[in-house]
Amino acid sequence: MTNIFELLLSTTSQGLLWSVMAIGVYLTFRILDIADMTAEGSFPLGAGIAAMCIVNKVNPVVATFAAFLGGMLAGLVTGLLNTKLKIPSLLAGIITMTGLYSVTSRVIGNAANISLLGKDTIFTEAQKWVMTRNNSVIVVGLLIALLVIGLLMLFFSTEIGLAMRATGDNPDMSAANGIKTENMKILGYMISNACIALSGALIAQNNGFADLNSGVGTIVIGLASIIIAEVLLKNQKIGLRLFTIVIGAILYRLILALVFEMNVQPSDAKLASALVLVVCLSLPNFRLHRNKKGGSDHATSLED
Amino acid sequence: MKVNKALVGLSIAGALLLSGCANKGNSGDSKVKQVGVLQVVQHPSLDKAYDGFIEGLKESGYTEGKNLKINYQNAQNSQDNLKSMSEKLVNDKSDLLLGIATPAAQSLANTTTTIPTVVTAVTDLKAAKLVKSNEKPGGNITGTTDMGPIEQQIALLLSIVPNAKTIGLMYNAGEANSKIQADQAEKLLKKAGVKVLIKTANTTNDVQQVTETLAGSTDGIYVPTDNTFASAAAIVGKVVKEKKIPLVAGALDQVKTGGLATVGIDYKALGVQTGKMAAKILDGKAKPAEMAVENPKELQLYINKDMAKALGIDPTKIKQPK
Repeated sequence: MTNIFELLLSTTSQGLLWSVMAIGVYLTFRILDIADMTAEGSFPLGAGIAAMCIVNKVNPVVATFAAFLGGMLAGLVTGLLNTKLKIPSLLAGIITMTGLYSVTSRVIGNAANISLLGKDTIFTEAQKWVMTRNNSVIVVGLLIALLVIGLLMLFFSTEIGLAMRATGDNPDMSAANGIKTENMKILGYMISNACIALSGALIAQNNGFADLNSGVGTIVIGLASIIIAEVLLKNQKIGLRLFTIVIGAILYRLILALVFEMNVQPSDAKLASALVLVVCLSLPNFRLHRNKKGGSDHATSLED
Repeated sequence: MKVNKALVGLSIAGALLLSGCANKGNSGDSKVKQVGVLQVVQHPSLDKAYDGFIEGLKESGYTEGKNLKINYQNAQNSQDNLKSMSEKLVNDKSDLLLGIATPAAQSLANTTTTIPTVVTAVTDLKAAKLVKSNEKPGGNITGTTDMGPIEQQIALLLSIVPNAKTIGLMYNAGEANSKIQADQAEKLLKKAGVKVLIKTANTTNDVQQVTETLAGSTDGIYVPTDNTFASAAAIVGKVVKEKKIPLVAGALDQVKTGGLATVGIDYKALGVQTGKMAAKILDGKAKPAEMAVENPKELQLYINKDMAKALGIDPTKIKQPK
């Protein structure tokens, strides 16, 4: 049995990195009310960009930021496909995700996997100040998560940010009030995928490699973290909601780690993960029954 | 703020309960060696390598349940799990770790630099940055490669179609191992003076299309050891049989269902070889840093007789070129 303390440290460190991904998914899934599949492509893209930069001796902080910009571009493509070419959002995301497979392959030098073992990463840089490996991941992860949340909170209190939230809530009404809803959607896609690519960059640096196939299933991780956050604390203002998503991401990692601890049959592991998801996703229903309030299950309250 | 206390309490209680369950056993005597295994995905070749590993350990005196405890983790192709699983295996104070396939090996390498680790089914340990050099790994990692004898395989294919003008290469560009092999095959073919036509497929859904295109415009096809094409070997076989195109593949199993011949790696034997290396480390007789990375020792010429008949080739005429 793994020491509980070590398990908590390990899941917290990883959960923090995944929370950036979950926040990205939240922006499209809850704010814009779109399930954006681009995530599964922009995640390995971010990982690839950061890894390639680091291998070519670019400063890891710059490399991580480059991944962020790469994700923005990916989001821009989906946004344009969705709004300008009128391709349904789900399809637009899948199309970009499919195309990104080749793009990421190109980025990492026509390969499928690029190793970062022994290279300086954003975490080894931090290790010079904060002793252990796990500590450095936690400190850097926390700083980045806080930075992302802080910037998003600032953004959502601006006029554009408010317009974006209105667009997600009621596109017709927003358009009638003079909001350029298409531009808002495009911007939402861009910020969302930038966060997801950023998360990919961080996780690749923590894992020691970027792999072309690492995007598989990532959107589920994002969604699970969001739902867990919403189960724990419902109807939160957006700032607090972003914080609870971080907790959701850590809890999801913890639940998975406990499943691995139980040494389930390898062929049953997927079923175990699926059951965890079912439990997480169905909890809100039970709570609704109890409260009998019905009403909005919209998780973010709009008033500030 | 409405904190759902019952829920929080419930999940904490659940977590404690779960960890309590997992706490059983494991506190055996110090003679029992604990080996942690991390595999990327369930797959015939990788599973065989794992079975072989256990057999190799047994042959060297380490039997599961007696003086060996295996902690087996399989990421089921969700790479996000590799890190959690690696940390679990390391935190469990394993005496030795086994990484099966490249991402698993890299994940272990990134998690510990002290626990001795062997890897298998990795095509190029040096390119994956697992070892400093194949002769002297230098760190805590060594193992076996599954780099097919590509030179022999290409020579075999060219000996079957000596007058070939164009040879087709097909693989999944998303698999690091396949890419390395395909690049080498392309080089060898060009050196032999034949034109090379390359097509890649990302999923098994694209395999039939790719095979048909290549079979229609080439004199022979080479497929490296590739998970996607191995999974779809049956459809590959159907197409090349119809179009009467000889196909040489990197892995034996691929040829059994969908090819003509190969000089191939036996993954079970490769696993046994890896298990024996692991036993030496567990015995304390060797250190990974000094143990050279081993190439597959057992190669065998395999001919698919049904396919040969269908193509109108006499199987006894196919010989392994020197």
